[in-house]
Amino acid sequence: MAFSLPPLPYSANALAGQNMCQETLELHHGKHHNAYVVALNGLIEGKGLAGKSLEQICAEAGKQGADGLPVLNQAGQHWNHILFWQVMSPKGGGDKLPGALEAKITQDLGGLAQFREAFKQAGVTQFGSGWAWLVIGTDGKLKVTKTPNGANPLSTGEGQPILGCDVWEHAYYLDFRNVRPNYLDNFLNKLVDWEVVATLLQQGGMKSGQSA
Amino acid sequence: MSMHPGRRLLLRGALTVAGAALAAPRRGLAQAPAAAPAAAPSGPFSLPPLPYAADANEAAIDARTMEIHHGAHHRAYVNTLNAAVAQAPQLASLELDAVLANLGQVPEAVRTAVRNNGGGHANHSMFWQIMGGRGGQPGGELMAAIGRDFGGWDRFRAEFERASTTQFGSGWAFVTVAREGGLAIVQKPNQDTPLMDGHRVLMGNDVWEHAYYLRYQNRRAEYVRNWWNVLDWGKIEARYAAARAGTLKI
Ligand SMILES: [Fe+2]
Ligand SMILES: [Fe+2]
Repeated sequence: MAFSLPPLPYSANALAGQNMCQETLELHHGKHHNAYVVALNGLIEGKGLAGKSLEQICAEAGKQGADGLPVLNQAGQHWNHILFWQVMSPKGGGDKLPGALEAKITQDLGGLAQFREAFKQAGVTQFGSGWAWLVIGTDGKLKVTKTPNGANPLSTGEGQPILGCDVWEHAYYLDFRNVRPNYLDNFLNKLVDWEVVATLLQQGGMKSGQSA
Repeated sequence: MSMHPGRRLLLRGALTVAGAALAAPRRGLAQAPAAAPAAAPSGPFSLPPLPYAADANEAAIDARTMEIHHGAHHRAYVNTLNAAVAQAPQLASLELDAVLANLGQVPEAVRTAVRNNGGGHANHSMFWQIMGGRGGQPGGELMAAIGRDFGGWDRFRAEFERASTTQFGSGWAFVTVAREGGLAIVQKPNQDTPLMDGHRVLMGNDVWEHAYYLRYQNRRAEYVRNWWNVLDWGKIEARYAAARAGTLKI
């Protein structure tokens, strides 16, 4: 088997009314994400990845530190973008969260407003390219974190992400130029599909279904 | 580059948004680029003006990218650096080179901010300085050093382009220069710089996506290829001579 680029779960112009334009989605999915998939497939043989799941590859590469980076850069970015497409939707946004998710956020993070502020701060303070995350931590509690470049909480051992926001400049430069804080506000207020996040919480994280 | 307290950048014309939107109808610009804060924190560091018009590097970099890159990105590094130095006033009287070469001595509370934003200030100040030219090749001692250390011009270019395209995520490709004149190619992530290793920088290319995304999108390799066309080798030769004389700053 090889890794493959999953189709976007909506059309490329579906999020334009929520400030993620068609060109951004076409480039981000069709060029950036696709390039990670192609590069990762090119590593399967030489790095002995055959038969492993994408999740397993991320976790193992993360444990190898600098030596694991060539694999983690591509594998992490493949996993990260699969999650990213899923957690946005044309019917995303708003303050109405499914009950169980809202209760968990309130219990572990103090409430939706506090969560949004923490998540935005994680994204703003990730210097250079990377990701902001909401994860189910290893202690079962929700936690907000960030990782550089292609890393993710699977690779750092911090837990199971249920929400991720790409803060590489390619994710927002056409729509927001240098103003990353506004991109993060827009993501949190207009793009996040809370139903999907609630489902991922219930399932204990995302299984990509992809393997080498 | 020395610091020039009191220098203020005058943006050449407003950053217009409408033009870009008309030229690319599938693009929706949700947000205008951040304008300069009304009252930027004052401090010892200041944004050097671009040494040429924003469209001087059109052969590789469009004017809008130059304006945002200089007027918003570089400006933010300067402002954040000044804010960090305000927390550690003992740094204010030091040369930026010296601060970056001795990050371990910077108070821990502001060390990361100084590393990221001091690095960003140094890197971008160098970057503007070496462009504005018509490309071509250097001459004299610098060309001889390239031949000696890389096996020729074509191999030097290829190796530098490789460093530029393989830096994963945001970062820079640099050519460092030793006091004896030896050259080396180095990659650095984010705003790190060879100055942090005590080395001098001859030249460097910014491969953060903000440096090329408006014109090249995901095609970094094309940006990196075109970038040679706007280098000012006279400036870079002068940097080479200054490095050998021990007088090169930033
Ligand atoms: Fe991305
Ligand atoms: Fe830059």
